[in-house]
Amino acid sequence: MAYEGVPGLVATKEAFGETTLVVDAARLVEACAHLRDEEGFAFLSDLTPADYLGWGELGVAGYLGTSAGRDLNAPGSQGRARLPEPKPKRFSVGYHLLALTDPPRRVRVQVWLDDGEDIDSVVPIWPTADWHEREAWDLMGIRFRGHPNLVRILMDDDWEGHPLRKDYPVGGEPVRFSGEE
Amino acid sequence: MATVERRARIYEGSRIPSPIPTILQVDPDEHELEDILTVNFGPNHPSTHGVLRLIVDLDGEHVAGIAAVIGYLHTGFEKTMEQKTWWKGMTYPERIDYVSYLNNGLVWVLAVERLLGIEVPRKATWMRMCLAEINRLHSHLIWLGTSALEIGAISMLWYAFREREKTVEISELVGGTRMHTRYFQAGGLAEDIPPGFFPVTRDFCEQMSKGIDDYDTILTKNKIWLERTVGVGLLSAEDAIALGQSGPVARASGIDWDLRRNQPYLAYDEVEFSVPVYHGGDVYDRYRVHMDEMRQSVRIIRQCLDRLEQMEGEPWIADDRKVVLPPRHELHTSMESLIHHFKIVTEGYTVPEGEVYETIESPRGELGCYVVSDGGPKPWRVKFRAPSFVALEATATCMTDAAVADLIAIVGSLDSVMGEVDR
Repeated sequence: MAYEGVPGLVATKEAFGETTLVVDAARLVEACAHLRDEEGFAFLSDLTPADYLGWGELGVAGYLGTSAGRDLNAPGSQGRARLPEPKPKRFSVGYHLLALTDPPRRVRVQVWLDDGEDIDSVVPIWPTADWHEREAWDLMGIRFRGHPNLVRILMDDDWEGHPLRKDYPVGGEPVRFSGEE
Repeated sequence: MATVERRARIYEGSRIPSPIPTILQVDPDEHELEDILTVNFGPNHPSTHGVLRLIVDLDGEHVAGIAAVIGYLHTGFEKTMEQKTWWKGMTYPERIDYVSYLNNGLVWVLAVERLLGIEVPRKATWMRMCLAEINRLHSHLIWLGTSALEIGAISMLWYAFREREKTVEISELVGGTRMHTRYFQAGGLAEDIPPGFFPVTRDFCEQMSKGIDDYDTILTKNKIWLERTVGVGLLSAEDAIALGQSGPVARASGIDWDLRRNQPYLAYDEVEFSVPVYHGGDVYDRYRVHMDEMRQSVRIIRQCLDRLEQMEGEPWIADDRKVVLPPRHELHTSMESLIHHFKIVTEGYTVPEGEVYETIESPRGELGCYVVSDGGPKPWRVKFRAPSFVALEATATCMTDAAVADLIAIVGSLDSVMGEVDR
């Protein structure tokens, strides 16, 4: 186990050739500082928040079976064989790190959050996180404690709601100059 | 009034503004606050490559503060892709960065293919690599033409667009449209390599090599060009990594890093090319990296053509009827093919549950695609790591000690495409 020394490490997952380190949200900054300084992950490639509201339930994106997970497909058909694995909390935030070594190493640090839970900003560790965290706040509504300038970045300053959340409707916003405002 | 001091040499250590890394704030110790004139540059300005707004605090000609405002081109690609099947989702990545459309499409199909665990025929792999390099030339040519135009080298635009026209003609030949071809599919290519592709592309390689010599003659030793670019927009290697810079910007700052060589995808480990690295960290070295990369791209394209010519008659897409549309002619004779076609087009194919983060070296640097699947026919979450978005974060650091005229050169050299910044 290469990453046993990471502070707050909850679980390590290997899938599709990628390593995911699930880290306790309260110790995120500690874990990131360790990964940068001890493991050489100097480069933050991306910060990816995801909303798992309604994961595996009926009527959400892409689900075809029933909520009990009915097997719509005999082998070879197009349905989904089983319900997806349940997620621990509503939101995940992934930090995709890269070590500029030969061969390059990549790792995904993942933290889990409920709605309204804050996490600490990693801007002091990787300055590039500035805009990524603003985008995560703007589009997903995840608040970063200690971010120097946590304001909306892509949407208007007076926009209401966070568009990438699963409970944010598509096509719900009025179209300007359409006469339907 | 402060005078502008030209630091011709790259600095050591860090110059990232504090506390906000992406905003250069006016330092009251260095500037008389009543002298500061705040100017709104953009969002509609011919030199901002689209709709970028910069709020610039000027002390005379000296830029004392700068903040970039983005979002004017936000179209919600990532939200939209969650509503579409995997199969239909292919059309969106190509439109996110409309200048390097094939590279953006490539990262998406590679991510989906990794989740699917599907084997891609070697002909498709080599053709993808060939087109990705042609597309890199397309992107670099647009960059060269427009950023030289902005600093006053108007003729460069016409020379660069002369060759750029050929690249989109090749796109048209293989995919039917000049841009946004949808030619890459999960599993391979939409169609076989069309007749006439090889002679046209070989001619293009010839023309491109001569074209690069032309640009070289016009710019590389041009006194005005040197005055405008050397020692301007400095970024140290340390800052470049801290700010997540990749691609030509990082390589101009002395970071010897290219995913095509360091983390080979497709068949980049089977072709010969070199990675240009310069250490000046200024606009001029970013220009030289772009120029050298164009020569290397031509070199890669030639090797791809040699290999592809030997693959006549080989399959161009995986034989997996659950993911790949059946051949058109079978629809008239085979019930199973008709059902497969109908299912893929209406319901879409399903992708195993999981999450992947795929990265490639796009013309602008590390392009990432994070995809989450819940096992259904639509992606649960799609997120693109847009190198343009990250490049703009470096504006404030590069603008330290710059004049307002340098602003155009610097923003241009970071090579941002606003479609990709705002997504």
